[in-house]
Amino acid sequence: MKPAIEIRNLGKEYKLAASQRYLSLRDIMSGAVKNLFTTNSGKKEKFWALKDINLDIMPGERIGIIGSNGAGKSTLLKIISRITPPTTGEAIIRGRVGSLLEVGTGFHPELTGRENIYLNGSILGLKKNEITKQLDAIINFSGVEKFIDSPLKHFSSGMQLRLAFAVAAHLEPEILLIDEVLAVGDAEFQKKCIGKMEEVSREHGRTILFVSHDMQAISTLTEKVIYLKNGKVVFTGNTSEAIQQYLSDFNTKDKVYNAAIKANKPCITKVFVETSMPDNTQESGKEIKFVIETHIPEPLHEGIAIAIQIRDIKNRNIIHLSAVDSEEPICRKQGINKIVFSIPDLKLYSGKYIIDVHMSQRPSLYKYETIRDVCPFEVVLYNKEHNYKWQEEMCTYLEDYTYKNL
Amino acid sequence: MEKFITRIKPAAGFSTGFKELWQYRELFYFFTWRDIKVKYKQAALGILWALLQPLGLMIIFTFLFSKTWPINTGDIKYPIFVLSGLIAWNFFSHAVANGSESIIRQEKIITKIYFPRLIIPGAAVLVAFFDFVMGLIIFFIFCVIYKQTIQLNALLYYPIAIVLLLISVFGFSSFLSALTVKYRDFRYTISFMLQVLFFASQVIYPLQSVQQNWVKYILALNPVNAVIELLRSPLSANYNPDWAIVGIGAITAVILFVSGIYLFKKTEAYFADLI
Repeated sequence: MKPAIEIRNLGKEYKLAASQRYLSLRDIMSGAVKNLFTTNSGKKEKFWALKDINLDIMPGERIGIIGSNGAGKSTLLKIISRITPPTTGEAIIRGRVGSLLEVGTGFHPELTGRENIYLNGSILGLKKNEITKQLDAIINFSGVEKFIDSPLKHFSSGMQLRLAFAVAAHLEPEILLIDEVLAVGDAEFQKKCIGKMEEVSREHGRTILFVSHDMQAISTLTEKVIYLKNGKVVFTGNTSEAIQQYLSDFNTKDKVYNAAIKANKPCITKVFVETSMPDNTQESGKEIKFVIETHIPEPLHEGIAIAIQIRDIKNRNIIHLSAVDSEEPICRKQGINKIVFSIPDLKLYSGKYIIDVHMSQRPSLYKYETIRDVCPFEVVLYNKEHNYKWQEEMCTYLEDYTYKNL
Repeated sequence: MEKFITRIKPAAGFSTGFKELWQYRELFYFFTWRDIKVKYKQAALGILWALLQPLGLMIIFTFLFSKTWPINTGDIKYPIFVLSGLIAWNFFSHAVANGSESIIRQEKIITKIYFPRLIIPGAAVLVAFFDFVMGLIIFFIFCVIYKQTIQLNALLYYPIAIVLLLISVFGFSSFLSALTVKYRDFRYTISFMLQVLFFASQVIYPLQSVQQNWVKYILALNPVNAVIELLRSPLSANYNPDWAIVGIGAITAVILFVSGIYLFKKTEAYFADLI
């Protein structure tokens, strides 16, 4: 049997024009003038998002793709789904590809739920008669029958998501690419979708490629994993082994995140954690600070929200911190802004933790940036007196308490 | 299954991809359908909006150029004369304005899903074409109201006029939309360019009345003039299309079509990276 996906020496190089991705005529003209006087002809930064990728994926395999942010997971899916061309090498795809890089692509608020099913379905590659045939099943699956003929703008965001998932779950391509999309939506419905996709894959021998940061989802949905690191495949094989390796690389993550300023939009330039002890080591019960520096190119009229998600080594969400402009002005001034989150007495149990930082616009919730897997820190219990030995994973956090013999 | 083998390689060479476009015809239809539907769903007057604007302009121009500063249009009544120009011009300007921004407006879809990108400016052109057809119907109604005689055999020019209009608009929109992806500030020049083009189009005056031949033939480079020339020919037995104007305009239309699609296809692979 021939592989469903055959990838040979695939590479993708991105050119980074100093700070912004697209150009303006003004820049070109001023650049041309500058070049007249300097010999340095516009050096562009280049980097390989993917390099020398070789993979064979057999029909019916369910493959997870893991790796930290910027490892090239999404780029790989984008090349396989033909959104962007590779720079080198080739990929041969045998079968119809359905890609789910986002749920509800093309949804329009003015159209009714039913109309959006047709629109979204056809964007995802379904034929009109295929949609008509499955329409009742999709509507049933979504559980929003009552509202199906009213405009989407009257749907709650949860309902919109259900509708989007319902369409996606009824895609029947031979090869399905899924990017992180299951991270949103309520847990109950997520399970239903994963269940449906699993069923599809088992019964019809469909190939699934699944990108996620969520190791739980990866281990339930996939049997084989491709682990990417800095654009290269570092491990292919058994899911649990791959996850082991991924987790053991946990400690080598950036202790301080640094990024260049983007000229055209607000961005995060620096993230670090101030722990009570050196080397990102934090004593439980002491103060911990998370420092985020942002760059705002021009004074903002809308508010900004910044959130920190603290996760443990198993990728479970443990603590969520957020700073919202409506409560306290944030990032209003032009240039560098510094926001310090402080937890006066961190009650986490001993273990290794890592953070994600999100920056979004208020009230539209437009995401400016998400930085994942930075600033790993370790919580220790040196100062906590205890009569018996602390055990691994005994609990997640330590609450203050008293007891009495009455 | 062997039917669906896709080879993904670094972008190179050039293909028109019309076969693929045909495979994706349903998506083409849905994009057009969505935009027409959304455009008129919110408006209380709905489709009337497509007609009010040319009619309003017709009244203003008639007031100015048939009473105040009369322009000689032979035996074509001025309101009919100007309306025939306006429906062609409106289609051209709306389609180019929307088409040139269409790619950046669909940024989210382009970075998330693959389909032949030409569908996007194509759908924008078809949405404007829908208004054009409405306008054409109103135009004929006004011909009846004003008791304008129509040379039926000259109506045969209409399909040619419509084809010229469609290919020039489609080519031009594709060209501009591809350029706008790379050079964002290009879009600010578009509304100015359209304003200039309006005066270079024989909407309010007959091009045949231009005295200097060289001015006339430079203006004829604008394909809208060829289209209007053909649209006006059934209106009077004395009004024969100037075939030089039509010919020059047709050549520009073909050049716009070919170069627009060429530039678009050359750059479309990188839209998702640039946008």
